[in-house]
Amino acid sequence: MKSQPRFRLLPMPIHSLLLFVVWLLLNNTVAPGHLVLGAFLALVIPLLTSGMQSPQPSFHKPLVTFRYALMVIADIIVANFEVALLVIGPSKKLNPAFIAVPLDIQYELPITILASTVSLTPGTVSAEISEDKQWLYVHVLHMTNKDELIALIKQRYEKPLMEIFEC
Amino acid sequence: MLNTAITIATTLVCISLILNLWRLFKGPSRPDRILALDTMYINSIALIILFGIASGTALYFEAALLIAMLGFVSTAAMCKYILRGDLIE
Amino acid sequence: MEFWIELVVSVFLVAGAVFVFIGSLGLAKLPDFYTRLHAPTKATTLGMGGLLAASAILMTYQQGHLSLHELLITLFLLITAPVTAHMLAKTAMHHKLQITEKTVDKELSKRARERNTPT
Repeated sequence: MKSQPRFRLLPMPIHSLLLFVVWLLLNNTVAPGHLVLGAFLALVIPLLTSGMQSPQPSFHKPLVTFRYALMVIADIIVANFEVALLVIGPSKKLNPAFIAVPLDIQYELPITILASTVSLTPGTVSAEISEDKQWLYVHVLHMTNKDELIALIKQRYEKPLMEIFEC
Repeated sequence: MLNTAITIATTLVCISLILNLWRLFKGPSRPDRILALDTMYINSIALIILFGIASGTALYFEAALLIAMLGFVSTAAMCKYILRGDLIE
Repeated sequence: MEFWIELVVSVFLVAGAVFVFIGSLGLAKLPDFYTRLHAPTKATTLGMGGLLAASAILMTYQQGHLSLHELLITLFLLITAPVTAHMLAKTAMHHKLQITEKTVDKELSKRARERNTPT
């Protein structure tokens, strides 16, 4: 975890890039004027707001991050088909459950990303997190095997996140 | 073909809105009604996008974006309100 | 308009609308609040993604330059859907909503409400 920014004039490089891209998307153009204005905003806004940020672990492995994002998008599509089939099918066959997943990561940002991923992927919604950040409570729409599901969440989503944030 | 597709899609989205409205009236609990409202705003974005496609303009994009943002904020505010009985503590 | 663009846009439109519809159907028919929560958060994200992709393709074709701002709404919905779901689940547990009989480990919801560890 670093509280000291790596570059003084660019305290949050990822946020700057995101602001720039969102500005261009919002205006739906790549006209030179908007490029300049977008770059200006992307430089100035992080400078003004970097003091408000609480220190979070930073992204270390861009390649792993990219692969993780692609995997999550693919999983979202698969999850949607699964949930759609479960919804159309008879509700009596559903086997809903609450499970508690033990967490190995402790920092807030990775846990938030993990919980969001769990909410968007196969039949699970993260409901609550224990006060000591050790357990993630998850509601499952149709549970077949509890241990398998917990192992899946830990293997498939938590492990790459731990690798990305190096914690 | 595109016109048929737009008609089918609009019909499906309208039926979804009616189903949401049914859940909104039926409840039975307040979180249920909030969930129904939440789904309703997403479906209304879908309807606006479809209307934009049908009339061939990009003007409705801003409306859709605004509904998306305000809808999220209002859902969060309503959840917070019935969770704590207060918005600003 | 070229045939294949029309085909792709139509397929995206109908598929997206079907997912939006399934999300709302799930909201109407599933037995308790927690199961209902699944349908709109998931099915609707992909449904909106499909509709917005169709809109992006069509606008790109009609205006003659790349038009990607629909991606922004998709991205926004993708980020907000889990947050909404989490807040609603929290609210539901706080209000001790009825959980359908079959649910495995119902007691966990009580532990979760207190934000305790499960055992």
